[in-house]
Amino acid sequence: MEDMTIDEKLAVDKFHVDEGHEHICVDADASPSEIERLVKLCPAGLYRLDGTGRLTFDYAGCLECGTCLVVGLGGVVRSWSYPRGGMGVEFRQG
Amino acid sequence: MGQEGKSEVSEDTERFDAIIVGAGLAGCTAAYLLAEKGLEVVVIERGSFAGSKNMTGGRLYGHSLEKVIPGFAERAPVERRVSKERISLLTEDSGFTIDFTSESLKDPSRASYTVLRSKFDSWYAEQAESNGAMFIYDICVDDLIVREGKVCGVIAGEDEMEADVVLLADGAVSLLAQRIGMRPAPTPQATAVGAKEVISLDERTVTDRFGLASGEGCAWMFDGYVTDGHIGGGFLYTNEDSVSLGVVTTIGDVDHSATTVPEMLRRLEGHPLVAPLLEGGKVIEYTGRLILEGGFDALPKLLDDGVLLLGDSAGFGINVGYAVRGMDLAIESGRLAAETVCDAKRAGDFSAASLASYRSRLEGSFILKDMRFYRKFPSFMEGTRNMFTSYPEMVEEIMMGMFTVDGSDPVRLKTKVKGAIGKVGLWNLAMDVKHGMGAL
Repeated sequence: MEDMTIDEKLAVDKFHVDEGHEHICVDADASPSEIERLVKLCPAGLYRLDGTGRLTFDYAGCLECGTCLVVGLGGVVRSWSYPRGGMGVEFRQG
Repeated sequence: MGQEGKSEVSEDTERFDAIIVGAGLAGCTAAYLLAEKGLEVVVIERGSFAGSKNMTGGRLYGHSLEKVIPGFAERAPVERRVSKERISLLTEDSGFTIDFTSESLKDPSRASYTVLRSKFDSWYAEQAESNGAMFIYDICVDDLIVREGKVCGVIAGEDEMEADVVLLADGAVSLLAQRIGMRPAPTPQATAVGAKEVISLDERTVTDRFGLASGEGCAWMFDGYVTDGHIGGGFLYTNEDSVSLGVVTTIGDVDHSATTVPEMLRRLEGHPLVAPLLEGGKVIEYTGRLILEGGFDALPKLLDDGVLLLGDSAGFGINVGYAVRGMDLAIESGRLAAETVCDAKRAGDFSAASLASYRSRLEGSFILKDMRFYRKFPSFMEGTRNMFTSYPEMVEEIMMGMFTVDGSDPVRLKTKVKGAIGKVGLWNLAMDVKHGMGAL
């Protein structure tokens, strides 16, 4: 199979993005070591550092696994909830 | 609202015998059995259909579902019956594989099946529905109604729903169990993250490439290179016309190296042992999930007044490296929860004292027997990094010593083996074997 980036893989998934309702809110000013952990752990690669080394996060591709809740709540993760009912990722294989 | 209104249940509040949160395998099992006994039961699921938020690596050991629906595999949308077990130790460019095939693995009493949850859970929910269970989709339960310490129902947005008992089958994250203090927040050390992709290939290609008979499947674990020394490993399960490929790694071990979780999966995809098997395949889905790995010693409070925890919400799971289990425990917990609720209904008592028989049922079942038996395994894994680093390299060196013919001077096999083991240290190896055997 061809080598795919994480964005290309996520593009295959089905999402019902709840525009305007971020179910995870992050703090870009949290400690860099904590941010680094989420950059490594998020299976969807949604925690990224931009050109200036600042955290960017996009809730739209979230797989709703809870990893950042376990690692980051109270630090990088300001608040965490599931998307509203019927919203978010929809697994067609699972 | 006045004082009276507060203490009375308003007229339009719906009332059920049981509310089940989550239409996964635990929730569907409880719903199936409670509805069969004539109880009024509703399952509330935040996804648009059963299975739409559920992910597995992929293998269901069938024994517990066999008790609920005998012969289920004849009717359920299982992918393949596993007839081939493989375990590989990987370095960057080598793989040492144990391959076990047996007709006995196919015996229905002990058979295991690869599954894809979107399809499988939808089917299971339909079976529960035809028994009379009600399913409500697209609703995320935000909170529980608790009065004088007793769980009385659920809250979703503006809506409330009440029941004699609430079964929390809302998965590994279970915000609800945390909210009412039955479960502490999971710790990074006792939690793993899994990432998986489903790669489509046609049915014939899967069958041929893995050396299988039609309808039969392969379950494959990978240790070593994939996780770059992190505690964890890779997996591959063959589905009917696709392959599930994934990695699992302990969250608390994140600082060990710079490799990201998506990168671990790419390491597996691109490994020379695996890549040729995926040739021509297309990724049709990419998913992630949390895995509770604390085992027996991390179990939460399993019941309280008016509430039971099931499946992943209760932390029921066993990972001993070569066998990874959660779904068979979830199903059994759903069955035992249903028995408990039926007894409580007869007694008209849903207090913690009455529901305590859930705990004794679990103790008497394989769930807590197996979890207690393997209780040392999580701490063994933490203390045995060699398993993910030097052992695969040691095995590669021994194998290269055996299989290399290049005209150089001969060396006795025992010298080659001694040299390879020497790098790890015979004492370390002996201790790991001793502790490993003690934990298994």
